Amino acid sequence: MRGAKSAKWVAGAAIIALAATACGGGDSDDSSNASKEKGKPAGYVSIDVGEPQKPLIPADTNESLGSYVIQSLFTQLLDFDADGNIVYTNAESVKSTDNKTWTVKLKSGWKFHDGTPVTSESYIKAWNWYANSKNAQQNAFWFEDIKGYADVHPEKGDPKGTEMSGLKAVDDTTFTIELNNAVPYYEYKLGYTTFAPLPEVFYKDTKAFGQAPVGNGPYIFEKWDHKKLIQVKANPDYQGPNKAKNKGVLFKNYATVEAAYQDLLSGNLDMIRQVGPKDLPKYKTDLGDRAIDEPYAAIQSIVPTFYSKTFKDIDPKVLQGLSMGIDRDTITKTVLNGTRKPATSFTPPGVAGNQDLGTDVFKFDAAKAKQLVTEGGGVPDNKIWIQYNADGGHKEWVTAVCESIRNSTGVDCVPDAKPDFQTDLEARDNDQVKSMYRGGWVADYPVNVNFMRELYGTTAEANNGRFSDKEVDAAFKKGDNAKTLDESIKAYQDAEKLLLEKMPAIPLWEYKTNGGYSKAVDNVTIDFHGDYNITEVTVNK
Amino acid sequence: MGRYVARRLLQMIPVFLGSTALVFAMMYALPGDPVRALAGEQAVDPTQIAEMKKELGLDLPLWHQYWNYLVNLFQGDFGTQIASGRPVADIISEAFPITVRLALFAFIFTVVVGISMGVFAGLKADTLRDRGLLVLTLLLISVPSFVLGFLGQYFFAFQLGWVEPNVSLEATSSELILPAVVLGSLSLAYVARLTRTSVAENLRSDYMRTAVAKGLPRRRIVGVHLMRNSLIPVVTFLGTDLGALLGGAVVTEGIFNVKGVGYNVFDALRHREGATVVGIVTLIVVVYLVASLVVDLLYAVLDPRIRYA
Repeated sequence: MRGAKSAKWVAGAAIIALAATACGGGDSDDSSNASKEKGKPAGYVSIDVGEPQKPLIPADTNESLGSYVIQSLFTQLLDFDADGNIVYTNAESVKSTDNKTWTVKLKSGWKFHDGTPVTSESYIKAWNWYANSKNAQQNAFWFEDIKGYADVHPEKGDPKGTEMSGLKAVDDTTFTIELNNAVPYYEYKLGYTTFAPLPEVFYKDTKAFGQAPVGNGPYIFEKWDHKKLIQVKANPDYQGPNKAKNKGVLFKNYATVEAAYQDLLSGNLDMIRQVGPKDLPKYKTDLGDRAIDEPYAAIQSIVPTFYSKTFKDIDPKVLQGLSMGIDRDTITKTVLNGTRKPATSFTPPGVAGNQDLGTDVFKFDAAKAKQLVTEGGGVPDNKIWIQYNADGGHKEWVTAVCESIRNSTGVDCVPDAKPDFQTDLEARDNDQVKSMYRGGWVADYPVNVNFMRELYGTTAEANNGRFSDKEVDAAFKKGDNAKTLDESIKAYQDAEKLLLEKMPAIPLWEYKTNGGYSKAVDNVTIDFHGDYNITEVTVNK
Repeated sequence: MGRYVARRLLQMIPVFLGSTALVFAMMYALPGDPVRALAGEQAVDPTQIAEMKKELGLDLPLWHQYWNYLVNLFQGDFGTQIASGRPVADIISEAFPITVRLALFAFIFTVVVGISMGVFAGLKADTLRDRGLLVLTLLLISVPSFVLGFLGQYFFAFQLGWVEPNVSLEATSSELILPAVVLGSLSLAYVARLTRTSVAENLRSDYMRTAVAKGLPRRRIVGVHLMRNSLIPVVTFLGTDLGALLGGAVVTEGIFNVKGVGYNVFDALRHREGATVVGIVTLIVVVYLVASLVVDLLYAVLDPRIRYA
């Protein structure tokens, strides 16, 4: 009776296992009553910020998840308030008389979390390291304005030196930055997370540092449970204006936005960065006053590729026509559930120099749209494609935009899905986009320049539409050569009007943060990036 | 028996090599460059990308990359993730235990509840309770697991408040019960139906009539004579199902925020982290192979007429 015995044994084992799990159940239920959110120390706040892609080194992080954590651990020379105005953090002042040589004065007495002082050298050495092509930092190109960049980051081959000649320390708290050309808005660039200083300990073991960074920011690194959470505690000795008003932060990783939302509702999470499409229609009812619905400095557009058969030597009138053929109001309201606001210019509000172009090119007018497309000579085969990545929730609106264009202008429009963002980027890099792609841009620094020069200049690296126009380049150059920041912004405003005639892209809408927070916290605000000002958040007693 | 097991174990080697090579080739064939993608919509520096690829060995031809991978694997090195720079072994050792627990719970749930339901219905085939079971299992089979997951979350977490909606970071056993039930319910339906049919069929067979005629107690007739023969198809199904539970947890893990194998495979696929995908898939393949070996060996226990040379 071997069989019978085995069967009994198996059943027995199963019962024991079930009994064991039942016991486990009872125990943990008791402990969860004591504190609602498991593993969260008192006074800490939690937010759904997923696993950063890369180790936590300031110049190697350019995605929003990693930069959230970097911003909490490191403080740059300056930061921006909600309106995009400069707020000095680690710097006392940043000044220039000719826009070419900038003098930075640091606030004295600042220390890294390991107790070593923050000096001019902390900045200079870090920037030289970041820029060096040997260290393969993602954001190395941010230092290209600095004189001597070509020595440490040549286009080909090994770097000639390890120091950029443009960076010089005057004393412990003063240093100068000499640029290749005058850049009137350079000060704004310095607010980008990449310009953070590094302590000496970094150079001893860069790998270990990336897993447990030592910064100079409002929070001190505590632990990183990969793919689960990153925990930081408030820095009691922090002297900047953005001192933490809570005791620490848990950056928690969720598999889906829906799961994060469930946890927000059940009180296991304090802040959610973005409500998923499934919960958007009801999140305001669920959260009431605690729902967040605010625009930030980012813009979505569809970008024609000027090398493609469709748009080679196109008359801008056609693009203006296509633009007018898109019913932005209806699409943002219905398809996008009110999570976007129709664009009115090439720049979003929240950046210096954003203006009302006073044009109807971005307004829906089917008759005018059709007329413009016809006047401009139409497009080859009367057909266009819009390329997008299918993994980012873009399918619905691209389909709607195409539908709108087709109905109003009679031009056949086909959504061209790439399975994911990687494939989409590859097609853009290799000039294989059939006619248009979905573009999105979030402000790196809150000046209108960032939404034009980086995207539409002939040699701009993010110009994947390969737009090239001498007049536009000249207009940008005029802005770059302006004497003061105001003049520069003004010149770029003129350039924006020129863009309207050339149509390097069709802006669609501005992004909004649609998030929310739990009853446990208060004072939740967002900055110009659309990120939460975490240091401001307070815990309710 | 010993020789049979040895032969089966040896057969695993070509299957193992073949499946890893296949997954490796498939990852290679996917469009999209993981190194380029790190930069997102920002501008990229081609020399920098070339440099990183060279360092990671991604510039080599496919066969060479696969050879390197195998050589490292036999030295116990699963490779390194491109973006995070973390060893894949770490990722696997974090992800597997939790999914194994989840799959085990689901498996036990499937076995215990599924077989009892099947026997319960099969003994009284074509009665009301049998029909009821058929309808219930039909529902389970036809409702996608994400619907079941969200429904479970809605009722048990938000309406009744018995559980938290998500599995927390500690992933305690009590939290895993609901996801395990959702994960196991599809196989539960199949197990119940298989058992039911098998039982109903064997009830009418000659040896059952003989057993009844001999005057054996009913417990013995059902428990030994009937069950032994009826369980053979069920065990076959359960064996392959264990592997499927491990790999197929993507949706369930996503809904309940379980940081297990499913979530990690999905994440790695999205970021084109070839080494991670190959590593995890390889382990799932091994689980499959072992499970099917155990199933084959169990046949002999259930039916002594089946013998292995």
